[in-house]
Amino acid sequence: MTAQATPAVSPGTTGEQPGVRLARSRRNAELSLLALAMVMVAAYGATIEANVLDEVTGDFWVPAAALSVVFLGLHVVIRYLAPFADPALLPAVALLNGIGVGYLRRLDLDDAPAAERADLATFAGTGGRQLAWTLAAVVLAAGLLALMRDHRSVSRYAYTLGLAGIVLVMIPAVLPNRFSEINGAKLWIRVGSFSIQPGEFAKLALLVFFAYYLVRKREVLSLASRRFLGIDFPRGRDLGPVVVVWLISLMVLVFEKDLGTSLLYFGMFVVTLYIATERVSWLLIGLVLFFGGAYLAYLLGSTVGGPFANFYLRAEIWLDPFADPLNDGYQLVQGLLALGTGGLFGAGPGGGSPSVLPEVQNDFIFAGIGEEIGLFGLSALLVVYLLIVQRGLRAALTVRDSFGKLLAGGLAFTLGLQVFVIVGGISGLIPLTGQTTPFLSAGGSSLMANWLLVATLLRISDAGRRPAVSGSGSANRPGGGPPEQLHGAPTEVIRP
Amino acid sequence: MNAPLRRVGVVVMVLFSLLFLNLNWIQAYKADEYRTSDYNGRVQVAEYESKRGNIEAGGTPVATSKETAGRLKYLRTYPAGPKYAHVLGYKPVNLGDTGIERAENDFLAGTSDTLFADRFRDMLRVTGEPSGGGNVLLSISKQAQDTAYKQLADNRAGATRGAAIAIDPRTGAVQALVSMPSFDPNPLADHDTGKASAAYNKLEGDPDGPLRNRALGETLPPGSTFKIVVAAAALENGVGKQTMIPAGSSYTPPTSGTPIRNAVPSICPEDEVTLNNAVTESCNTGFAKLGVELGADKIKEKARQFGFEQEDLTVGQLDEAGLPVAASRTGDIQNPDGSANLAGLAQSSIGQFDVRMTPLQGALIAAAVANNGTQMRPYLVQQLLGPDRTTNYYTADPKQLRQPVSSQVANDLRDMMVNVVTEGTGKNARINGYTVGGKTGTAQAGENTKDHGWFIGFALDKDGKPVSAVCVLLESVGDGGSAEAARIAGQIMRAAIQDPGGR
Repeated sequence: MTAQATPAVSPGTTGEQPGVRLARSRRNAELSLLALAMVMVAAYGATIEANVLDEVTGDFWVPAAALSVVFLGLHVVIRYLAPFADPALLPAVALLNGIGVGYLRRLDLDDAPAAERADLATFAGTGGRQLAWTLAAVVLAAGLLALMRDHRSVSRYAYTLGLAGIVLVMIPAVLPNRFSEINGAKLWIRVGSFSIQPGEFAKLALLVFFAYYLVRKREVLSLASRRFLGIDFPRGRDLGPVVVVWLISLMVLVFEKDLGTSLLYFGMFVVTLYIATERVSWLLIGLVLFFGGAYLAYLLGSTVGGPFANFYLRAEIWLDPFADPLNDGYQLVQGLLALGTGGLFGAGPGGGSPSVLPEVQNDFIFAGIGEEIGLFGLSALLVVYLLIVQRGLRAALTVRDSFGKLLAGGLAFTLGLQVFVIVGGISGLIPLTGQTTPFLSAGGSSLMANWLLVATLLRISDAGRRPAVSGSGSANRPGGGPPEQLHGAPTEVIRP
Repeated sequence: MNAPLRRVGVVVMVLFSLLFLNLNWIQAYKADEYRTSDYNGRVQVAEYESKRGNIEAGGTPVATSKETAGRLKYLRTYPAGPKYAHVLGYKPVNLGDTGIERAENDFLAGTSDTLFADRFRDMLRVTGEPSGGGNVLLSISKQAQDTAYKQLADNRAGATRGAAIAIDPRTGAVQALVSMPSFDPNPLADHDTGKASAAYNKLEGDPDGPLRNRALGETLPPGSTFKIVVAAAALENGVGKQTMIPAGSSYTPPTSGTPIRNAVPSICPEDEVTLNNAVTESCNTGFAKLGVELGADKIKEKARQFGFEQEDLTVGQLDEAGLPVAASRTGDIQNPDGSANLAGLAQSSIGQFDVRMTPLQGALIAAAVANNGTQMRPYLVQQLLGPDRTTNYYTADPKQLRQPVSSQVANDLRDMMVNVVTEGTGKNARINGYTVGGKTGTAQAGENTKDHGWFIGFALDKDGKPVSAVCVLLESVGDGGSAEAARIAGQIMRAAIQDPGGR
């Protein structure tokens, strides 16, 4: 997957002075990489059938073909609506999504009685549902590309989105349990058999708000500050709204016991603040606050209990998963055993025993896949994630406006942090917190939110890699006319 | 803003490197530990994926695997229930395995290196089930085992604990091995690990200790059966069968005020008896004096030559590990300052004080006497057959363990032991048409416990060839225990004569 052509911008040059090489759209590279990804997904499906059914039926290509059609559609949309978008993003995400669909379908094969395995319908079971969700998510992503011709236009709705983000986070906490609780976590809006996880979308909305607000205030944030303990702190009134939004969401999440998302929002907040202000002190403060807070929560959990008891238990499990391997530590222990059993090369796709892993279709999908593709396969998956994150950061580097930089940088980092939190959690590197594994885990909300994230990155990378327009007014820009000013924001000051 | 963005890129790289290193730690360094972890259900599923081989006795499977519809494909069953429990052991899903199931696990499971060719053939076959594990054929005689189990369970002395073991003196093949009380291994192999654990805990909590293998693993004071060892030492030190040795109704050893008496006053009240009579009537005073005269070293050395103090004996295959056997001991027989403890020596000479013996050791003594002084190494595994039952991977090739006494001494001991059965304390062991020898033993176990009843003995056919040697122990049985032990021993040997086992 990394066999990608020369980077559009060499690391030495800044995005503000793009070179001529940017003019290449590289859409054909995207198409061939996508084809390669789909071939890999089909091969994955075939190997699974060979292992689970002892034969390869004609159905192995069904998910791969369906996904190919969907992604090809998105590719065509990109050709027209974002011709200069980063060509590696779509194929990389498509590969992960395809592996996810393939693995969930493999779980269905495992669950189905032997007689019914052969006629598993395309949209049946978890894998089929995931396929349908992918279809919806990709349509949504294409819609976002069509609607948002310029990423700066979303800054108009920054406050609305910020408010919407908080509301989305709070809804499950406010709703009665029967509308919001699944498996003890109060994170959903449930209507009948249909459920969405609003927090997944809140992530995007809040990030738009953070980016917009911090860009508007970045001058005062980095200049008008008070020095305390050798660190420059911005004035409270400048930072106020962001802190308020962040604190509200954090508190809500703590009381919803969704620690992973709290950590995600915290990291998101600290990193956008750091990118906006360019002050390393924010990272340090963030780390101190985070580790101090975590340790405090651990201590409170061991003494006071209450909302911290859950955190304390998770920390204890993390410290020694084998202390209570059949009850509290069961899930983590089984995850570790699955990974260990996979070893270097794995049991082969379809060769593992996912049925012993609790929540293998959600939180533990990485362990379940890891049992079958081994260390080498998982490393490859991590590299694909890393590629997406770094491509997102590259989009941030190349795009010219501060809002775009902050938004793309924040989105890319959030995606990377989410992968770190869940994969680190199931492999015992950090305490386990419930998180979806982007593009792999079963679930429509996560899939749609992450595809919206990818669409936004595509849009921003398109803006960044688009040839510079000389003079005013260009037919190149959708809608024509001069580049829009970021709503209400001062022009960026180029710092020495 | 580009500088911090690049640094964020580095931070992400660092985070992913941590993930990568951690995955290496789990999937490479700790992989084997996790793969074989007790909590790893995959290990069990894989283990039960192919058919485990049979364990058979006398052509009948006594441990076999039955196909089920569950997640674990094969259920281990023990058709004979508690009868073979202590020989077979059990192969539970989540507990430790024991017995032959443990000792021959690799072969039964089909993972043994010797079965490589079979596994290779399975791999080449495109369809069909894997052929599973190999079959273990025991040396046990079905009839002797049946008899030993039934007679011990229905013993007329009311003992609840005990053991019986019979071996072929010429080969060392174990013909019967029973420990009482026994247990049913089937519930322990239940696929429902909760039920299996409950069954195990119930057995484990039983005060009679049904899980303990008393025939191999428990040592008790051997009482008068130990006199055979002392007699052997005497025969090698100038005493003959008919040599008069000092006796009497009571003997107080030089350094102790506690007198040693005979079981009943009618036994050797005279001042001197022949060694032969002392053995036949089990004369305590005679043997106590004889032991003191010989000295502790000679007795300890003779016991060692018979197999006492051996810590690494196993009963299974002849050249591989099997069921562990506890070491029998004579104890130090000396005072704390290192000087000879004559009172202790006198007690030791009649199988008391610190002397402890396993039932297997008792049978080995009788077997050596019957087999012209040559002791064969005991074994349980007669043959290993491949999964398809055509290839023979192992046939027991009897091996001499040691030569405790010369054939001359063995002859004398044999004659004296035959006298015990024909006219002495072991009359209950007689078998029509066969020459039976033996020695009874009543061992005091302590102030408040009833005596243990022992019998060690052997049977010779018309040509004088030994056919079976046996040891029966009835724990805390009280008066008449050794006579009942002799009766049971006779029954077991009679069954072993009709069905010698070894197939």
